[in-house]
Amino acid sequence: MELQNKDPLQVFAPQLERTSIQGYVWIVFLLVVIGIGFYAFLQQVYLGHEVTGMRDNVVWGVYIVNFIFFMGISYAGALISGTLHLFKTAWRKPVIRMAEFITIIALLIGPCFILLCIGRLDKLHYLVIFGRIQSPITWDVIAISTDIFGCFIFLYLSVLRDIARLRDYELLQLPNWRKKLYNVLSLGYTGTPEQQKRLNRATDIMAAMVIAIAIIVYSVLAWIFSVTLQPGWHSTIFGPYFVIAAVYSGSAVLIVCMWVFRRVYHLEAYITKKHFVAVGVIMLVLAAFFGYFTFSDYLTKWYGSEKNDELLIQLLFKEFYWEFLFSNYVGVLLPLLVVGIAKLRTITNITITAVIVVLALWLNRYIIVVPTLESPYLPIQESRAEWLNYSATWVEWSLTAAGVAVFCLLFTLASKFVTIIPVDGLQVEEKKEDVLV
Amino acid sequence: MNVKEEVNKHPKNSRRQFLKKGLIAGAGVAIGSGLVTAYIDATATETGEKVKVLTTDGEIMEVDQGLLKLPRVSRTESLKGIPGRKFVMVIDLGKCKNARKCVEACQKGHHLPHSQEFIKVYLLQDSEKTAPYWFPKPCFHCDNPLCVSVCPVGATYKRTDGIVLIDNERCIGCKFCMTGCPYSTRVFAWKHYPEFDEDKEPYSPEASSPGKEGTVSKCDFCPDLVRVGKIPYCASACPMGVIYFGDVDEDTVTNGTETHQFSQLIHDRAGYRYLEVLGTRPCVYYLPPVDRQFEVESGFADMNQEIIDRYKETPYSIKNKP
Repeated sequence: MELQNKDPLQVFAPQLERTSIQGYVWIVFLLVVIGIGFYAFLQQVYLGHEVTGMRDNVVWGVYIVNFIFFMGISYAGALISGTLHLFKTAWRKPVIRMAEFITIIALLIGPCFILLCIGRLDKLHYLVIFGRIQSPITWDVIAISTDIFGCFIFLYLSVLRDIARLRDYELLQLPNWRKKLYNVLSLGYTGTPEQQKRLNRATDIMAAMVIAIAIIVYSVLAWIFSVTLQPGWHSTIFGPYFVIAAVYSGSAVLIVCMWVFRRVYHLEAYITKKHFVAVGVIMLVLAAFFGYFTFSDYLTKWYGSEKNDELLIQLLFKEFYWEFLFSNYVGVLLPLLVVGIAKLRTITNITITAVIVVLALWLNRYIIVVPTLESPYLPIQESRAEWLNYSATWVEWSLTAAGVAVFCLLFTLASKFVTIIPVDGLQVEEKKEDVLV
Repeated sequence: MNVKEEVNKHPKNSRRQFLKKGLIAGAGVAIGSGLVTAYIDATATETGEKVKVLTTDGEIMEVDQGLLKLPRVSRTESLKGIPGRKFVMVIDLGKCKNARKCVEACQKGHHLPHSQEFIKVYLLQDSEKTAPYWFPKPCFHCDNPLCVSVCPVGATYKRTDGIVLIDNERCIGCKFCMTGCPYSTRVFAWKHYPEFDEDKEPYSPEASSPGKEGTVSKCDFCPDLVRVGKIPYCASACPMGVIYFGDVDEDTVTNGTETHQFSQLIHDRAGYRYLEVLGTRPCVYYLPPVDRQFEVESGFADMNQEIIDRYKETPYSIKNKP
């Protein structure tokens, strides 16, 4: 193929240099969604948290679900790219940067959602000034800030070679400030053997570190729920369960991103069916684990059930039955079928499955958070409907949409700053070597 | 110490008039905490119980305990707890008929809006064949309080006298304590309620008032009343004398009219703590609903529809379920 003989930057530079009309429309659309979210946020600040659907029983709603969700997909990068890097997986190159972008962007958005739950944002700094190490929230603050820091370094190390190439690429048609920025950010990297050696070593260390940090962060997140005595939360399995659910949702988001960027930037030559199947298989394995953990958790709650577990299970199978079926049956079985059966294993099918998995995992978190809060030890004796059952208001939905929009916007902007596929040492995939198919 | 001027509504009472401007030292007779400074709240109701106090003029005199009031303690002071005390509450389920006077008095005393109840009255029925009963539930002021453990900023704390308080100046409103409490005790200020403005005194965690938007609050065992020898609002307001308040070390509890030896009462009446299995070690004991003075259905009498509707979803069968 003729592509192989060219400098890959010749192929990828236009991605950075030009933004199409559709690109601008897309960005404006995202900004409008974010704007609506911002208006909703102002409503919440000025009118109080009463504008949300949360009340004294369901004190955490969609916000905390989004928090868990975004923190979850952020592990796509941490665990998947870290692991692929350490095992020197041959096919990882075209997808690894997307995974790292997912990590860092989701990691920046996730904590914003927990801030929306906080009643006194003006006193947020108390978390640092008066932080108590006994509280799992303090663990979370420490873990998440470490994670953001670690993932930033990992991402930076992995884009360093590309930034140096962009700096050296003379045909690049970009404003001078961008070129200067590349110059500064490349830290004088020229690719000498010594630099190569050091960079590889640093990347290896960080890859191992982000895997460990990611596991800690998600376990801590799970412990926020499982250290309480609430039926449905007070479970020893929650730490590993949340870690698996997180990577699972991350692998699905990665597939969706691969599909989108493959279309938008015409990367068909680089991201092939092989990559979809490879990440699809990761998703399949994680689906199996996730299904196993889910089953194990609910089986023990149901089989030897205490009264309140019983009430919770009843609630899950009555009021939340379609959410339960969708997240814990469809969300588990679909990847097993679609990726497991060779005939069904097409790019489109895998992508559709991934979209469903993402939605299922969001709902999975919803039915972890809300039904438990709706079935406390003492029955909720209320005459007001909104105090009896939680239902998110337009404020919460707008801010949820804004969170997704910020994710898309930052992803779009990041793909305008460095190439979405690492160009250093890039090879065009030969379609014949699709061993997995 | 500021002397708070109180409007004297009873000019005929010369003793009270004399006292209204004077600082009184030694009001701690009733609360066993040495010398404290109190003033007279002429708007309060008399309890008939007299305590000896020392005026600023060095005179010893007797005043009605109900009229004594202390300035609210500071936030730092509120961390300590009243020395040498360990408070306990006993709730006699056999006497409760859902009169809701406890709820009303508590809301008035703490300047709470209608939607915030520090003490809630539940209608419980443990299983199909067992008898339903009314169940007033304040904060249990647990000796192993999960709400305190999980607070990231130390806004809620356990004191030496057993009381669990919340400092709403410190509270960031993360609501973790609300999910930590297995008894649904805590309430959140979802907005600024006009009732918060009724209280003109400076904030103190001991008064849990004035409330603040975006923070958590709950039943506080009324330490501001206890300091002047009074019992909490709920206990003194209950017409049936359901709620006893007292001290474990003194081994005494009282509902305002009758006083019991705490250990004897728990022994004789088989007192228990709610959901003991959770290991939170509550400081509130219940006396089982035996020898009932009222039919459980009488709790619906004279209640407005909003209250009656609350109990619609109560499981199992209650004869004349609303």
